[in-house]
Amino acid sequence: MDSLLNGNRPPVFCPGCSHDRVLQALDQALTGMGISGEQVVIVSDIGCSGLFDTFFNTHAFHGLHGRALTYATGIKMARPELTVIVTMGDGGLGIGGAHVLSTCRRNIDLTLLVLNNFNYGMTGGQCSSTTPPNARVASGFLNKLEKPLDICRVAEAAGAGHLTRISTYDRELVDKLKAAIAFDGFSLLDIWGICPGRYTRSNPLTPKAIDADLARLPEMTGVQSANQRMEYGKAYRREAASLAQPSPPVNIDITCSAPNRDRQEIVLLGSAGQRVITAGELLCLAGAAAGCHATQKNDYPITVMRGHSVSEIILSETPIDYTGIENPTVVLALAPEGVNRRQALFARLSPQTLIIKAAGVTLPPNPAAVIEVDFKGKKIKAQDWALASLGVLAGEKRALSMEMLDTALKLRFNTSIYASAAAVVRTVIPETT
Amino acid sequence: MGFTLMEGNEAIARGAVAAGCNFFAGYPITPATTIYNTMLKLLPPSGGVCLQGEDEIASMGFCLGAAMAGKKVMTATSGPGISLYSEHISFAIGSEIPIVIVDVQRLGPSTGSATKGADGDIQFLQWGNSGGLPVIVLAPVDIGDCFTLTMQAFNLAEQYRCPVFLAANKEISMTRETFDPDLLKRPRIVERRPAAANGPNLPFGVQEHEAVPGFRAIGDAQLGRQTSSTHGADGYITTDPEQIARMQDRLYGKIQGAVSAFSYFEEHISSGADTLVITYGVTARAARSAVQRAAARHPASLLVLKTLWPVPEEAIRKAAAPYKRVVVAEMNLGQYVREIQRVLPDKTVDFLGQMNGDLIQPARIQEVIENG
Repeated sequence: MDSLLNGNRPPVFCPGCSHDRVLQALDQALTGMGISGEQVVIVSDIGCSGLFDTFFNTHAFHGLHGRALTYATGIKMARPELTVIVTMGDGGLGIGGAHVLSTCRRNIDLTLLVLNNFNYGMTGGQCSSTTPPNARVASGFLNKLEKPLDICRVAEAAGAGHLTRISTYDRELVDKLKAAIAFDGFSLLDIWGICPGRYTRSNPLTPKAIDADLARLPEMTGVQSANQRMEYGKAYRREAASLAQPSPPVNIDITCSAPNRDRQEIVLLGSAGQRVITAGELLCLAGAAAGCHATQKNDYPITVMRGHSVSEIILSETPIDYTGIENPTVVLALAPEGVNRRQALFARLSPQTLIIKAAGVTLPPNPAAVIEVDFKGKKIKAQDWALASLGVLAGEKRALSMEMLDTALKLRFNTSIYASAAAVVRTVIPETT
Repeated sequence: MGFTLMEGNEAIARGAVAAGCNFFAGYPITPATTIYNTMLKLLPPSGGVCLQGEDEIASMGFCLGAAMAGKKVMTATSGPGISLYSEHISFAIGSEIPIVIVDVQRLGPSTGSATKGADGDIQFLQWGNSGGLPVIVLAPVDIGDCFTLTMQAFNLAEQYRCPVFLAANKEISMTRETFDPDLLKRPRIVERRPAAANGPNLPFGVQEHEAVPGFRAIGDAQLGRQTSSTHGADGYITTDPEQIARMQDRLYGKIQGAVSAFSYFEEHISSGADTLVITYGVTARAARSAVQRAAARHPASLLVLKTLWPVPEEAIRKAAAPYKRVVVAEMNLGQYVREIQRVLPDKTVDFLGQMNGDLIQPARIQEVIENG
C-alpha cells in the first residue's frame, strides 16, 4: 500500500529529531494495516507533535494545547468507523492531564502517541511533566523541585486498556503501533525520544541512554488485563439502545374555569421536605387547566433536605410579563424557614390577601385574613402539607377550584400516586365540591 | 389550543432537538444543569449523543470534534463555564465550526451566586475570546423564545459556520412557564452547505459570491482538514499577510455584514411617546409592564432586542428615530447601554441597571420613564 505521507509537504522537523522516525513508523503501521487516508483522522496537539497532521494525507484536526483527546473523543463518538490517532508531546500530557485521565477511564477507541522528549521544544526547552530533576533545561532550577510523571503507571491506574512504553529507536515500534491501533479501546504509547534542537544541547541523551532508562522501569507492553472492558462507544450505544423514548411534555386541555378572574400571585413559604416545589407545579397545572397562563419561580438552598423552600406562582388570564411577586393574593405559610426567608413580604400584604398558615408558625405583623390549619393534628405528614394547603385553598375557592386541583393531580401523577394525593386533599376538605 | 408547562431550560433543550441537534456535551453547573439533564433524556434513545465532560473545556472540545464530523452540536453552561470555554470559542470562530453555546447567566463576578440571575456576561460573550472577531448572541425573553431562538441559533450556526450564543438568564431558564406549542413560530430548519463534491480540496475556500465555505466533514470520502492555526483556503498554516488578511476580513464580514438578516427584535409603539425603552432578556418583561403602567401619564414605546451581537445598529437607529429620549434597562451595571450610546449619539440616554440578584421591578423602570 502507498504511503499516507503527503508528498507535497515533507516533514520539517529539526535535523535528528526523533519525531521524524515516529512519523515514518506511524505511516508504516497504518499502511501495513491496510488503512487508507479517508479511514483515519490524525488529531494533533500543540508543539512539535502538533505538526503531524500536516504531513499526512488523512483527515486532520489540529486544535488547542492539551485538548486533542477531547476533539478526538467527539469525532470518534460521531464517526465510530474512523481510526482516530492522537499525537501529543509531554507538554500536552501535562496541560491536558485531566483529559488523559478521563480518556483512560472511558476506554474510547483512540490511539494516543505521547512523543515524550522531556521538554517543551517549541518554546525553548522549558521543563515539562516528564523532565528528570537532574536535567538542564530553560526553566532554571524549577525542574529540580518536581518529580517527573510516569504516564504509563498513571494511565494504568486510570483504567487504560493498552499501554506501551517504548523508545523511538526500538525496532518494534511499528509493530507496537499496529497493536495499539488494532486494540478496541483506548491505547497509549509513551514514546521516548530525543529533541536535538533543545534538550540534547545541554543533556547527553542518546538512544542507548534511553534504553538504559527504560530498562530500569517496569515493562509496559500492550494489553492491561485488569483494565479490559467493552469499548466506550460500543457500550454507550448498547446502553442507549435499551432506553425508552422519553415521555412528551404534558398537554393541558382547558376543562375548568378559575374561581377568580384577576391575576393571582401565590407564595408558598415552606421548608425542605414539604414538597413545596411540586405544590407550585400543581398550581401552574391547575391554572393552565382553567386557561390561565402560569409562571413558577422557586428559591431553595443549594444543599437539600434542610432549610427554606419557597415557590412563587402567578396565574393570569392574560400573558404574564413580570414574573416577580408584587401584590400577593395568597400566602401559604407552612414553615418558619420559608416565612423567615420572605419576612419583608408580610408588611406589603393587603386585607384582601389570604394567608393559610400551619399551626405553630408565627407570622410577622400583617393586615391579611388568616386561616390556621392544624396539619399535624389531622395526621398529615410533613411531605403532604403543601399539597394539603392547596386543598384548603381550593375549599375556599381562592385561586383554584377543587376541579382544577383534581385535574392538576391527574396531570402530574400516575394512578397510584394520584389516589394517595387525592386522599390527602380529602382529609382537609371532607366534602368535595 | 392547550398549554404545556416546562422550565426555560427544558424548552431550550427541546428547541435544540427540534432544530436537529444530535450531539450535546456539557459539565453540570447551576443554573444550566437542567439543559444537560433534558438532553440526556432526549438524545440517546434517538441515536444522538449526550456526554458529560470532565470539565467545560473537554465538553466543548467534544462538541467541536463532533461538529467537524458532521453533527449539529450544543453545549450549555453559566458564567464560570464560559470563562473556561474561551479558548474553544475563539477556535470555533477562527476555524468556522458551527456550535450553539447556551450561557444561562448567573450573578457574577466569578462563581458569584449559583441561583441568582443577572445579565452580567453580555459584553463578555462578545469579547471574551482571543482575536476580537464578531460573534452572534441571541437573548430570549420568555419560554417561547427559549424554544424558537434556540432553533434560530442552530440555523445561524449552520448557515454562517460559527458559534452562536443564547444569552439566557437564571430567571428565564429556571422559571417554569406555560405556553402553547402550537402558537410558536418555528423557523424552517437550515442545514450547513456541503462543499462541492468534485471541487478542489480547499476546506476554507470560497467562491467570489460566497462568505462561508462549503462544509467537508471529517470522515467523508473527501478528506476534511481542520486547524486552529492561522490558515489559508487549503487549511494549512500560512504566514502570507495577503492570505491572512483575506481570511480575517471574511471572518469579520460574514457575521458583521449579515446582521440585518438576523436582527430579531420586538417593538411596541405608543402614540405620543417621546421616550423609547430599550432592553433585552428577562428585563423586557418588567419593561412591558412598566410601559403599560406609565401609559396614562407618560407614554413610552418599547424596543426589545433579541439579537444583541453583532449590534443590530440599523434596527436600533430606525426604531429610535422618532424619540428624543431613550431609557436602557439591564440586569448589570451598564454593559449594553454602551452600545446604545454609541449607536445613538444624538439621543439622551437614561440608564437603569441593577445587579443584586433580583429582577428589576416594573416600578423602577416606570420611575425612570416618568421622571428620568
